[in-house]
Amino acid sequence: MTDATLSKAGVGADTARVSKLQAGIKKRHARERRFKLYGVLAVSVAIGFLLLLLGRIIEQGHTAFYAHEITLPVYMDPARIDRTYPQGTNFQLMTAEQELKRLGIQDDDKGTKATAMRSLFSSELKFRAAAIVRDNPAVIGQTVTIAAPASDEADLYYKGEISKATPADQRRLSDEQIAWLDRMKSSGAVRTHFNGALFTNGDSTEPELAGVLGAVVGSALMLLVTALIAIPIGIGAAVYLEEFSPRNRISDLIEVNINNLAAVPSIVYGLLGVALFINWMHLPRSSPLVGGLVLALMALPTIIIATRSSLKAVPPSIREAALAMGASRTQTVFQHVLPLAMPGVMTGAIISMAHALGETAPLLLIGMVSFVPGIPHSAVEPTGALPSLVYIWENASERAFHERTAAAILVLLAFMIVMNAAAILLRRRFERRW
Amino acid sequence: MIWFFLLVVVALSALAFFGGRGLAARRAAAKGVRAHSRPTQHGLYALIWVGAPSLLVLILAGIFSGGIAHHALVAGASPEVEQLEPFRREAFFQDAYLVGAGQPAQQIWPAPLTEQLTVQGRRSAEIRTVLNVGTGIAALIAAILGGLYVFLRIRPDLRARNRVEDWIGALLFACSAVAVLTTIGIVFSLLWDSLRFFQSVPVAEFLFGTKWSPQIAIRADQVGSSGAFGAVPLFAGTFLIMIIAMCVAAPVGLFSAIYLSEYASRTSRAVVKPILEILAGVPTVVYGFFAALTVGPALRVFFNSIGDLLIGGPLNDVGLYLSLVQNQMALVAGAVMGIMLIPFVSSLSDDIINSVPQSLRDGSYAMGATRSETVKKVLLPAALPGIAGALLLAMSRAIGETMIVTMAAGLAAKLTLNPLDTVTTVTVQIVTLLTGDQEFNSPKTLAAFGLGLTLFLVTLVLNIVAQRIVQAYREQYD
Repeated sequence: MTDATLSKAGVGADTARVSKLQAGIKKRHARERRFKLYGVLAVSVAIGFLLLLLGRIIEQGHTAFYAHEITLPVYMDPARIDRTYPQGTNFQLMTAEQELKRLGIQDDDKGTKATAMRSLFSSELKFRAAAIVRDNPAVIGQTVTIAAPASDEADLYYKGEISKATPADQRRLSDEQIAWLDRMKSSGAVRTHFNGALFTNGDSTEPELAGVLGAVVGSALMLLVTALIAIPIGIGAAVYLEEFSPRNRISDLIEVNINNLAAVPSIVYGLLGVALFINWMHLPRSSPLVGGLVLALMALPTIIIATRSSLKAVPPSIREAALAMGASRTQTVFQHVLPLAMPGVMTGAIISMAHALGETAPLLLIGMVSFVPGIPHSAVEPTGALPSLVYIWENASERAFHERTAAAILVLLAFMIVMNAAAILLRRRFERRW
Repeated sequence: MIWFFLLVVVALSALAFFGGRGLAARRAAAKGVRAHSRPTQHGLYALIWVGAPSLLVLILAGIFSGGIAHHALVAGASPEVEQLEPFRREAFFQDAYLVGAGQPAQQIWPAPLTEQLTVQGRRSAEIRTVLNVGTGIAALIAAILGGLYVFLRIRPDLRARNRVEDWIGALLFACSAVAVLTTIGIVFSLLWDSLRFFQSVPVAEFLFGTKWSPQIAIRADQVGSSGAFGAVPLFAGTFLIMIIAMCVAAPVGLFSAIYLSEYASRTSRAVVKPILEILAGVPTVVYGFFAALTVGPALRVFFNSIGDLLIGGPLNDVGLYLSLVQNQMALVAGAVMGIMLIPFVSSLSDDIINSVPQSLRDGSYAMGATRSETVKKVLLPAALPGIAGALLLAMSRAIGETMIVTMAAGLAAKLTLNPLDTVTTVTVQIVTLLTGDQEFNSPKTLAAFGLGLTLFLVTLVLNIVAQRIVQAYREQYD
């Protein structure tokens, strides 16, 4: 062809074509590079978002893992403490007045400054002081050293989240209060410590006392219910569809059905929970039992799909060998096929449990948005759950709840990472390739 | 209580297993014949006949006893309680259950009701005890009857293994029927309450009305509007956020999929794919938090500063508008939802692009095409229906997504297509209508089910269409 072109057209025209072609190739290669760049860009955008997301949450949440405690000498004034009912004493105000005196500040006759000082201490101070008096009434009339958490605003100031540079009317602490906090800090009364309360307390309206334990226990109970229901039923359904079901319209219907259920929005399951479990069956609202049931229905399709694919992965030769040895169909499945598929089944089950742990929308509908203090003892009493706690705290107006929301997210993510890691480990350790 | 009964049932079943096994062996030995099934199979057969009937009783009791107890409690309530508004009455009975179960009530009730609460609490505890004891006795009778039947049936020529296997098959079928029952449950619960909703609000008004303000006076003496249930603003808001999400997720997801399947080396694939899976595993409430506290404020500051620059210039009006943009805008929720959908789109498209036969690629390379040309001119046209299906599935996810929009989109039902405005969506309204004080028969609460039904139908149609497309396309190359 080149010869023909050479002979027909002149050499000049040919070089023009070659250069045109070369220009075209250059253009095509540039297009190629650009296209590849788009791909790289897309992947880096996705990874960038993930890093941004996790980075922001760690940045916002890490401060919640430590807190500040103020240690003060408290004179247990016999004139103010009711011996028979120490809980009734306003220990916070008493301590605040004494602290003002120590700092050499004259209060006005309305006690405005004492009230301002008082708001720097957590109400935990009152409970600790009352407990000391109750355990040992002899301390009345003496001076006792009491350590109590700083209030949420004071804690935020010590963490540097409330800055003196902000105009006074835009922050919750006055200049005076900030000066007091600085003096307390320089006198060595303030101690930074690990925020154990975050892990040992239930929810509270006061940020410095609020913890995730109630929600963790609630979530655990809920997952237990989910696992007990969804895993056996899911495996049973998958075994039936994969190993027993005759190929007919009914099994086709079930199959289409399961595929569609997997794609039903989670909030629709919440509506089902409200209508079926709460309005019709009158199960207790916002209890782990109802939450677990709803999540079980939601997790079912995923477990069925995962189990079916690992049953499919077991080679037919295993089944044929067992059948040839005289085993019945049931014996073949339960003694040979299912045990071989079990690692894959459990991996799928754990991953779907981790997914259920993070599910929030249906929990809001079955009433898990209400404030529940304390730690649940059974699956039929009202509780919170970790993801709904995140939602509740995110909506709270106190700023100190923001960092705690991020901390609760970190706790939630930690649980999910552990579960997923367990699933990966299980897969690595036991999965067989045929 | 239920745990105790379960334990008893388990113990009885174990007893039946060992008893049946021994009995079968003894009876076979007595007759001096070889039994059809092994003793263990007879044991299992006995276990099923003792365990299954009593378990069935317990399950039925678990399903129905709550409703029966509630009706019994409501039927015998005193006049003070009867006079309460319906939703307060529900809350009162809820508290009575708690008090009866020895837990603190959730609300503080005024004077005559405080005593009533203890009385009703005691009554509820009594009703529960009666029901529980009744359930226990019924379960026990069922177990005994089953045991008797088995005791008479166990003989060397009983085909125990086949019977047991039939039972197992039936049990497995029942398990897969749960999936169908779930669908039926969803359809019925949505349909039932939606029908009640459509009795007070006409379907046409719901589907085509343009005003949404579901606040209805709960008490007769309360000041409140009569409510308007035109869902078009919600549909518009949902659509707007879905479009924004797809604008983010479709290009990024698609290009990552192309890069991963056509360009990336084995090692970078092994690194990038798990990272995308992490992105897919992050709970939506976390994305909601990210949208509300990071993306929202950042975009507001961005638009406000642009607005401040424009004020006084030729685009003064635009500047004024931009300088007043709020945290809660459709763009925020849509963009974050788009991020959430990236791994979904990318993994689906990755599968689809990978399933295009290698011969098509080889043919294209042999003709001298570059990789990008192969992708654009051969792979994408071949994979187009599958990718369309994947995008439809992503849209259905975006429509049904709840937490991100609840936390970041806002509540104002506005009929607008402006991404900087706050809009509300179907899912947000469902959450708002069903959380907080509620009365189960008011149109306000029932509206949530009407919205839920619409949502369910739309996502169902999208899913079915998408699955059909993906399937038809897969078959093409199989």
